[in-house]
Amino acid sequence: MIRFLVRRVGQSILVLFISSIVVFALFFVGPGPSQVARTFAGRLGTAARIAQIKHELHLDQPLYLQYSHWAWNLLHGNFGYDYYKGQSVGSVIAAAAPATISLVIGAAIIWIVYGVFTGVISAVRSRSLMDRAFTASALFFYSMPTFVLGLALIWIFAYKLSPVTTFFPFHGYVSITSDPGAWFQHLILPWLTLALVTAATYTRLTRASMLEVLGEDYVRTARSKGMSENRLITRHALRAALTPVVTLAGLDIGTSLGGVIIVETLFGVTGLGWTVIQAINVQDEPVILGITILAAAFVVVANLIVDILYAVLDPRVRLY
Amino acid sequence: MSMPELRSAGTSEVLDETGEAAVSTKIEGRSPWRLAYERLRKDRAAKIALGTILIIVLLAILAPVFAKILGHGPNQQFIDIGQNANGGPVPPSGTFWLGTDNNGRDLFIRILYGARISLLVGVLATGISVVLGVLFGLTAGYIGGFVDTVIARFIDVMLSIPFLILAISIAFISGASLWLVIGIIGVLSFTYPARIVRGQVISIKGREFIEAARALGAGPWRIMFIDLLPNVMAQVIVYATLLIPLAIVAEASLSFLGVGVPPPTADWGSMINDATGWYQYGYWWFLLFPSLALLITTLAFNIFGDSVRDALDPRGAGIYV
Repeated sequence: MIRFLVRRVGQSILVLFISSIVVFALFFVGPGPSQVARTFAGRLGTAARIAQIKHELHLDQPLYLQYSHWAWNLLHGNFGYDYYKGQSVGSVIAAAAPATISLVIGAAIIWIVYGVFTGVISAVRSRSLMDRAFTASALFFYSMPTFVLGLALIWIFAYKLSPVTTFFPFHGYVSITSDPGAWFQHLILPWLTLALVTAATYTRLTRASMLEVLGEDYVRTARSKGMSENRLITRHALRAALTPVVTLAGLDIGTSLGGVIIVETLFGVTGLGWTVIQAINVQDEPVILGITILAAAFVVVANLIVDILYAVLDPRVRLY
Repeated sequence: MSMPELRSAGTSEVLDETGEAAVSTKIEGRSPWRLAYERLRKDRAAKIALGTILIIVLLAILAPVFAKILGHGPNQQFIDIGQNANGGPVPPSGTFWLGTDNNGRDLFIRILYGARISLLVGVLATGISVVLGVLFGLTAGYIGGFVDTVIARFIDVMLSIPFLILAISIAFISGASLWLVIGIIGVLSFTYPARIVRGQVISIKGREFIEAARALGAGPWRIMFIDLLPNVMAQVIVYATLLIPLAIVAEASLSFLGVGVPPPTADWGSMINDATGWYQYGYWWFLLFPSLALLITTLAFNIFGDSVRDALDPRGAGIYV
């Protein structure tokens, strides 16, 4: 187990290291040092300011030194300085993170509960009318581009149902600490949008996995011993069928925590995805760089956690 | 030997043994591809989906013809009849079948031209992604060892960097264009087919027929492309049909965010983006029709892709019944 852990953690660090080089290369090497300094300085940067930034970012040094300075700062939690906004990138990220976390955790609860519930019903009542309805709607939402669904929800809930419009503010974000009620109201539509689009995969995965488990010998044994169908499904089949679902949930949550660009942009949820789009629009490179590398780290760590959980649950995984 | 000869030979044998009239149980050799095709033919959802796709392709091809008949170019502005007194879009009518957009352009014609972009991006980006995926997957899976490790880590790296941030940044740095969008989506999505092909190759490379090929003196290239590739082709095709709608949505998302195909090119994503400032004020057609076009297209490709998967792999989950 220890060997597996060491190997797997080492792999993750390697992947993160290469990712950081790729991201660094994309922003620093690609455009050339003067261009980078100019974009870092923002639109109003003077020649003196550009020269100063060039020196501060060590852009007058060889590439490997530039990278090591950047990476060294990153390892110390220093994401750099946002010259455009006049504050550290770390504080920009810290300000945006709660919105993204609220959005992702809330939506994840909805999509997992809904996806597993519909998936189990579809598998247990396989080929019934309900199964067809759930699988068809899963395919429908899976095909739906996120922004189309979001706009449709805004149209229906915030405009067409005018008497309840005030209950669905469709733009902006209120932090949970300042007003929990408004926080909840503002996030309903973003949660629904993200959850419905994502849940489709969970319905299909749970259904397939559940059908497979229901065909196993131990399920037949349990049934032949006279176990009630409810207990059989919830206690025996579901537990085994959920393993791939848990894996997918871990990866999806990890990916989303790096920012949910379209949903955040559409609903004005001022999270990491919204921030990165704002940053791209004004070419605020330190912020783009910081959020990109943070998002990559979330994905790698989520992968690592899922793999370790897998190894704990199923010893055969450790073999490779 | 031709088919009728073979059949008659079989029949005479039956007659010899039983002395009765020919029984209709003749056994024909059917390839897996043929079996899949027959399963697909019986699938009603697949037929409807394929029919829809063909109609969309036809409409995209005929876009200039419709433009000529109606006399409305895709980027032509009708400031006099295509805009109301407030400069807003006009609703669907005999002149403008699906209404106009905020610039007084014919929405129907623009949706037809938008289909060209979506289909082009969907097919070309998927093509790039599948070719790269097959090359990397075959190499990693067959050669294995160090090469496999390098490619596997490379894929991990690609998967860890968020697709949209990367795509938007590249588009922003190098200036958005149709070909850049196709390239970005194609290159960034090769990881999925690569992993599928790699897994398949690893599971079949130990089989006897590969050993036999090697014993006959076949080199690695021959084994990879002549012996292994046809055996992973079914999976690749399934994946390709399911990647097309993903590529279409990716392109529409980029255009929706304003970094896709640049204006004034008619594109569903940017049309929906244009509509976001208008649909609330009663101009519903402006948002509805491009959205429907996008949704119908992705839905048709997804349903068809699902059916292709079921047809090629009947033991699989069989999700869409």
